[in-house]
Amino acid sequence: MSETLTPATTVASAPVSLWRRGLNNLVTGLAVGAVILVLLPLGAIFGYLVYKGIGSINWAFLTQTPKPVGEAGGGMANAIAGSALILLIASLMGVPIGIGAGIYLAEYGRNRLGNLVRFTADVLNGVPSIVIGIVAYGLVVLTQGHFSALAGGVALAIMMIPTITRTTEEMLLLVPHAVREAAYGLGVSRWRTTLSITLRTATSGVITGVMLAFARVAGETAPLLFTAFGNQFWNWKLNQPTAALSLQIFTYAISPFDEWHRQAWAGALILIVLIVAAVSAVRIAASHGTLKGAN
Amino acid sequence: MVNRALGAPRLTGPQPPDKPELAVQARAQAEPLIKAGDSHLADGIFSVAMLGCALCVLALVGLIVYELVTKSSLSWHASGWRFFFRSEWDPVNDQFGALPFIYGTIVSSILALVIAVPLAVGVAVFITEMSPPWLRGPLAFTTELLAAIPSVIYGLWAIFVLVPLLRLFVEPWLARYLGWTGLFEGTPFGIGMLAAGVILAIMIIPIISSITREVMTAVPNHQREAVLALGATRWEMIRTGVLRNARAGILGGIILGLGRALGETMAVTMVIGNRPEIARSLFAPGYTMASVIANEFTEATGDVYLSALVEVGLALFIVTIIVNILAQFLVWTVTRGTPARANV
Repeated sequence: MSETLTPATTVASAPVSLWRRGLNNLVTGLAVGAVILVLLPLGAIFGYLVYKGIGSINWAFLTQTPKPVGEAGGGMANAIAGSALILLIASLMGVPIGIGAGIYLAEYGRNRLGNLVRFTADVLNGVPSIVIGIVAYGLVVLTQGHFSALAGGVALAIMMIPTITRTTEEMLLLVPHAVREAAYGLGVSRWRTTLSITLRTATSGVITGVMLAFARVAGETAPLLFTAFGNQFWNWKLNQPTAALSLQIFTYAISPFDEWHRQAWAGALILIVLIVAAVSAVRIAASHGTLKGAN
Repeated sequence: MVNRALGAPRLTGPQPPDKPELAVQARAQAEPLIKAGDSHLADGIFSVAMLGCALCVLALVGLIVYELVTKSSLSWHASGWRFFFRSEWDPVNDQFGALPFIYGTIVSSILALVIAVPLAVGVAVFITEMSPPWLRGPLAFTTELLAAIPSVIYGLWAIFVLVPLLRLFVEPWLARYLGWTGLFEGTPFGIGMLAAGVILAIMIIPIISSITREVMTAVPNHQREAVLALGATRWEMIRTGVLRNARAGILGGIILGLGRALGETMAVTMVIGNRPEIARSLFAPGYTMASVIANEFTEATGDVYLSALVEVGLALFIVTIIVNILAQFLVWTVTRGTPARANV
């Protein structure tokens, strides 16, 4: 729907009663009020993040590891790096599997197995993140014997897969069938058609899905609590406890120290800037991409 | 049989066809771009690989169920069904009852729905039916931005902004005028069930509102035109023409929001107070199923303790799955006629 439908006001007919007009205005007012009430916390959260966070971001915050309680200074450099490491592991596992499953659903999935996979992906999408954390703990941490970046990556990968699968499927289905037929007609095999024609055409949409999944897991904390666990020091080993930005914000926020509260706001500002940048990039890519959605 | 490693001996000159029908085929597809045999093999490998990825999704859900069931069996054998109806949670004496967490999860989620539903539906109605077209895109984007904020940042904001606001202004006011209901009595700590409900409401508004928008957009325009042609005001058109047609889908969106609220962990853990008690007052601290796992999982000493926490996770898993399936079914009943849309 592109235009808002409004009642005609100039039709020569019986005048609308005062009560009905009043009710109409009242409801309009309520809807405007709801919009304002919803935008208020959004503004308050962003305002507070910038107000509290910007003063605490400095060179030390971006380059140093946390100082012990009581000492001023220190930063979250190891947590930022840890988050990057965990997200890299998650993407390396989650993106190929997610896109592959999406290709299966779009190109081969018009059958009972396809429906089952589609349904399962939706179920997986609704599983609470803390439950995913328990599963990753059982699968990786208990097997390895200690908390690790790998376990955190596995937990986040499990959360990325269903989002990527379903968006990839939707985007591939938007590619007109004639494009595939044209490729087949030239004698191109099915797998080449899928990879270099269909997937290529839908690239911007597929990237959108990947970025959405990425933005969704980038700030996740619950599944990392007992998988990556957190670490006060630098760590680049995959099988050792690793710091993450969101974990560090949580630890600092519930601590009783003012210095830590300050750093929690700074960390939160950095996290939100990264996520909003990812989401905005998706918006721009989606509106300028080769595919603009179905409608 | 020719040794495959050596390959068949190369013959020069035109080859006699092995079978007549193959020769006909070969003549028909003179000089194919890609050799038929190659592409068959590659196609086979490719489709099997994609099938493998799809089966991964199935296997993951299977693994989740398997892990939760096996790791919680110890607690299940110790308490059975009583686990869900007992209210003492005493890890020191190995006594585990999940009732306070179930209560906390249900109450905080219902509170969140009570606050979120009118606001979310109001926003959706404004965006789809009342907003000038130029404002529609930015408004939709801004409300969806609320969904992109990580839960831990909601929690941080709630601790330092929302909780003091509740303690200083909202809770004393509620206690004075609505204290007689019994829901708002006791010391206003700020931290407690009410704070958890409010922060959950803010978090689920974008979900409910975007689904509501989607189903309202799916209502065909001639419904609106028909009602307007009868001389209805705009509100009457929205009520009879749009909301009535979209109600199943809106209910689906609300239930989807409920599913999110039930499983939400970090923000709730940071403001609910984390005390395993059942209190009538919404000012009192509580505990939810997700927060008890978040707080106690790493420090759970003893096999039964850990197993009890996994059992809480299993219960949470089952409930959210049922809720989500119900929600998706309801949304599907409204939007099935319209073409697939990307959730961008």
